[in-house]
Amino acid sequence: MNLPSDIRVQDVDVLVIGGGTAGPMAAVTAKEQNPDAKVMLLEKANVKRSGAISMGMDGLNNAVVPGHSEPEDYVKEITIANDGIVLQKGVMAYAEGSFDMIQKLDSWGVYFQKDETGEYDMKKVHHLGTYVLPMPEGHNIKKILYRRLRRHRVMIENRYQAIRLLKDKDGAVSGCIALGTRDADIIVIRAKAVVLCTGAAGRIGLPASGYLFGTYENPSNCGDGHSMAYHVGAELTGLECYQINPLLKDYNGPACAYVTGPLGGYTANAKGDRFIECDYWSGQMMMEFYNELQGGNGPVFLKLDHLAEETIQEIEHVLHTNERPSRGRFHDGRGTDYRTKMVEMHISEIGFCAGHSASGVWINEKGETTVPGLYGAGDMASIPHSYMLGAFVYGQICGENATEYALTRELPELDVEYIIAERDRILAPMKRTDGIPPSQFEFKVRRLVNDYLQPPKVTKKMDIGLARLEAMKEDIGHLYARDAHELLRANEAQHVFDCAQMAAVASMYRTESRWGLYHNYVDFPATDNDNWFCHVQLFKDENSQMACSTKPVDPYVVELDEDEKNAYQQMRVQAG
Amino acid sequence: MPIASQISMVPVVVDDEKCIAEKGCRTCIDVCPLDVLWINEESGKAYMKYDECWYCMPCEADCPTDAVTVNIPYLLR
Repeated sequence: MNLPSDIRVQDVDVLVIGGGTAGPMAAVTAKEQNPDAKVMLLEKANVKRSGAISMGMDGLNNAVVPGHSEPEDYVKEITIANDGIVLQKGVMAYAEGSFDMIQKLDSWGVYFQKDETGEYDMKKVHHLGTYVLPMPEGHNIKKILYRRLRRHRVMIENRYQAIRLLKDKDGAVSGCIALGTRDADIIVIRAKAVVLCTGAAGRIGLPASGYLFGTYENPSNCGDGHSMAYHVGAELTGLECYQINPLLKDYNGPACAYVTGPLGGYTANAKGDRFIECDYWSGQMMMEFYNELQGGNGPVFLKLDHLAEETIQEIEHVLHTNERPSRGRFHDGRGTDYRTKMVEMHISEIGFCAGHSASGVWINEKGETTVPGLYGAGDMASIPHSYMLGAFVYGQICGENATEYALTRELPELDVEYIIAERDRILAPMKRTDGIPPSQFEFKVRRLVNDYLQPPKVTKKMDIGLARLEAMKEDIGHLYARDAHELLRANEAQHVFDCAQMAAVASMYRTESRWGLYHNYVDFPATDNDNWFCHVQLFKDENSQMACSTKPVDPYVVELDEDEKNAYQQMRVQAG
Repeated sequence: MPIASQISMVPVVVDDEKCIAEKGCRTCIDVCPLDVLWINEESGKAYMKYDECWYCMPCEADCPTDAVTVNIPYLLR
């Protein structure tokens, strides 16, 4: 059986899905490794300006630089910050690659702040060690990546949304099926190895503003990769360890304690007092933030009004030209001046993001998922607290290993029947003449997430949330799109839906509380190390149902001292 | 199921005087991560067709004629 002529097929050796941060690095690495390989970078937007760093980044949050810290120190810090549930080998592979990657980016023209002696100008933000390296001119990083992609002749396919991964008879990945976001055409990319780099799932919860696209994450990062990995049979992990961030209220962008902290700014309560010892984002820190918001001392603010004029100007330069540059415009609209007013903060909607917390598609220290030939990197993959530099390091690791895997294999057979069925399912909303608009469907899913699934987590509420989501399954068959753009949104909304279900199922499985606010389970308020010192894996079972299992934490490669284990449990500033 | 359309004040504004889309420029449309900018068939100029904005600013930063302004969406202001 052949594919119908309306489905274009492209054959490559290595397919990288997602052209934000990890993806370009994976694609360039694959070509460096094997210049003869056909390497394609598939991107839903345009690789010039896609992903979490479309407008750049203001610093490295986790740089392991000799003289300031050793890889072992970093592994310890992240193990403690993540309540012990980490694949230490995976964190170590990052830490050991960290400095080489900084030097590689430096040689590509990325500017990192240096002190008067020419050394990297490291800052302390974490609770224990020193890992923050400012990038005051980090707005040009996407341009630098793009130049590398062109130089290495990576094939770039923009404006295609990958929707389902394909696999062969033996269960190895064999490519993907994707939708053109402008013409609603269906393409199949047949590949010997696939690297998933689709970013966080940032559209699960609804921002407090009610604006669907006013999310913390770039809203194009809506969980496409999480959903694709789930449906192809890969395991996901730690989904109950939500990402929840402290943000500028309503603007919903980072308040950037990592930028302002080393310059003297801090998170304060309504009285202007410090209440947390450390502004590094962890579940425990977020718990204290939440307690302050809910208690009589809220709201919570970013306090800069005590700083000198030149310091404020430096902060404004960095915050208003990098990462989320419209921040300045937002403050102007409300007459907020850092010099005279504290800036109101709030907590974000929930999401999945290994860049900031620990949830995502399971990968090991080689970037391998549990499906042969499928690799994962960046915010979508499970190495915790990995931020931008982690995306680059794992992009490189995946690029190397995927290229090697591709050499061991012929082009796989395509499952034509499955592809035709998927084409029909993907295009269905455009064949209808009326029905449910994707925006309404998505709003409802995300409103249910806020009502029933965000912490504090309560069994009865999550039961209701899951039942309401289950009832919405029928609505998927009534989604209606008038054009290719709305069809893109209809398919994204289904991935958002999958992620919402995953959040509920994983949360209800882990019957304890852990990671501060991220998994604050009211019915089981204590941390239960006897039963739950393990990963929770989520997967599609043999009956196509969403299921969970436990996975033991691998023996540590870096042991923790007893007195270090609780360092992140004591976040609140003690009265005195 | 009948459908209704509702109006929405969009955050991205294009100055038609400055926009050179009719000469073939597609810069803002190309770089938008959410693919919400489009060509107005009548005027030949770029405009925001879908109110789905992350106020991220590549459209404004990359426009060769400074024709694009990104405002904060009304619900967030």
